[in-house]
Amino acid sequence: MATLTQTLVQVKRRGLPRPGRLTYLTLIAIAFFSAFPLYYSAVVGSLDNSALGQVPPPFLPGGNLITNIERVFTTVPFATALLNSAIVASSITVSVVLLSTLAGFAFAKLRFRGRNGLYLAVVATMMVPTQLGIIPLYMLMANVGWIDTLYAVIAPNLISAFGVFFMAQYLSAAIPTELLEAGRVDGCTTFGLFWRVVLPLARPAAAVLGMLTFMNAWNDFFWPLVVLTPENPTVQVSLSSISSGYSVDYSFTLAATTVATIPLLIVAALFGKQIIAGIMQGALKG
Amino acid sequence: MIRSWLYRMDVKASPYAYILPFFVLFAALGAFPILYTGWVSLHDWSLLEDQHTFLGLENYLTLLSDSYFWNALFNTVSILILSTVPQLLMALVLAHVLNGRLRGQTFWRVGMLLPNITSVVAVAIIFGQLFGRDYGVVNWILGLFGVGQIDWAAGTATSHIAIATMVIWRWTGYNALIYLAAMQAVPQSLHEAAIIDGATSMQRLRKITIPAIRSTIIFTVIVSTIGGMQMLAEPLLFGGGMPTGGNDHQFQTLTLYLFEAGFGRFDFGYASATAWLMFIVIVIAAGINYLFVRRIRSS
Repeated sequence: MATLTQTLVQVKRRGLPRPGRLTYLTLIAIAFFSAFPLYYSAVVGSLDNSALGQVPPPFLPGGNLITNIERVFTTVPFATALLNSAIVASSITVSVVLLSTLAGFAFAKLRFRGRNGLYLAVVATMMVPTQLGIIPLYMLMANVGWIDTLYAVIAPNLISAFGVFFMAQYLSAAIPTELLEAGRVDGCTTFGLFWRVVLPLARPAAAVLGMLTFMNAWNDFFWPLVVLTPENPTVQVSLSSISSGYSVDYSFTLAATTVATIPLLIVAALFGKQIIAGIMQGALKG
Repeated sequence: MIRSWLYRMDVKASPYAYILPFFVLFAALGAFPILYTGWVSLHDWSLLEDQHTFLGLENYLTLLSDSYFWNALFNTVSILILSTVPQLLMALVLAHVLNGRLRGQTFWRVGMLLPNITSVVAVAIIFGQLFGRDYGVVNWILGLFGVGQIDWAAGTATSHIAIATMVIWRWTGYNALIYLAAMQAVPQSLHEAAIIDGATSMQRLRKITIPAIRSTIIFTVIVSTIGGMQMLAEPLLFGGGMPTGGNDHQFQTLTLYLFEAGFGRFDFGYASATAWLMFIVIVIAAGINYLFVRRIRSS
């Protein structure tokens, strides 16, 4: 009985017990498995191909990373690929954030006929498999002559149902309706409200949506693979053509993979906390 | 007069202007292609010919009698099960651990998210190397335990395991974050009461947490199913960029099958029929999984 009272007091005073060493060991193991493939990719990318045939396999980086990266940039249009990816991902991000904030504002704070039905339609489209329409989409792009151009990659991704949903959920909680009403009384038009009240308050969510969108666009693969060629690729398309074929030059391929992954790792290191908060927010409401 | 008319127009009509860009673009580049897929699927439609003969349901009948279609369906479902089940179970335990009073929360969470930030192409390339037959790290480790060199890409089971590993690695941490978000909404007092009753950590996970976050579990199962059914990059790159998914189609997924028909042979009619059948399969798979996870007892 004494121990029970003790536990009770302990729980009441300090909340849940602190986890023990075993928990931390598990976490360290998981963090190791999370990081190891990325580390190893950099290791392979820094070696000379002959070092890869050793037993046991090499686990420490060699000195050839720069040489391998130079080889990547001179033999395939990797600079073009990086630039293309940057253009594609930025254009998509600007458009998705802007159009999602506009639509999210309307769904969250404006009254109009058909609002609930249309919002439901937006949410439903989040569940539709994107590959369903890929053939006609390709035909459409071929008709307007956009195959092998970045327009074809950007156009279908200008909007995001998830983005609208995300912004609507955020704005409905973050913007007090009284504030908008007060603005109306003072003679503000709807667009004035959007510009002066909504946009400033939407900034935190817009930043998170922007990062998630950018990363998704940077990593997108299937559609760019279909409409682009290895001569004018995005980073992912370029990586896939480098890694294809029967005998893969691993130190070359993984040097390129490392270069392609580093921008995202930097984003994760700088904004990891916000990205995680965004994913968790999106999940709670989903 | 004019002022009040303008005001009424602004309040009544302008909301549509805010949602218009989304719906116009969605109609043109989202809804139209999906519906048009159905029309194309009824034709002998190839990129190279202008003539599109109406075939009725012939493409669908050919599909259903093609053993490679059924093979692709089997592979997709097999990889889906091998990846989703361990992934979500591990994510649950991981989220439960992260939900405790840990030091360095942000560090662990960012660590969990690293694989998800990595592009699926990079993941497939890196794991292709790790699972290499001759110099791969996985075979080296297994060799330490006396297991002979496995040619992972050559066998059906081994290739499915290798591909499932890629999916598990990329998505476990992400799903753990989703679960963690839901777990943080579970009242702390429930856990405190259970601790006082002498419940262990794992008992609390099973009896309190899982029933309480049931709807989130259903959500992740369905999203993973929809995503897993559309898997393309991992099997494509694991097979050296060939849409056949290995020499004997041993890891060709449904999307690879579609990709091969549509952009290997440019047989758009047949590929469109595949897309529609895939859609039906996805709806069925999501439905089955929904019925399955719905049986988790709610609190």
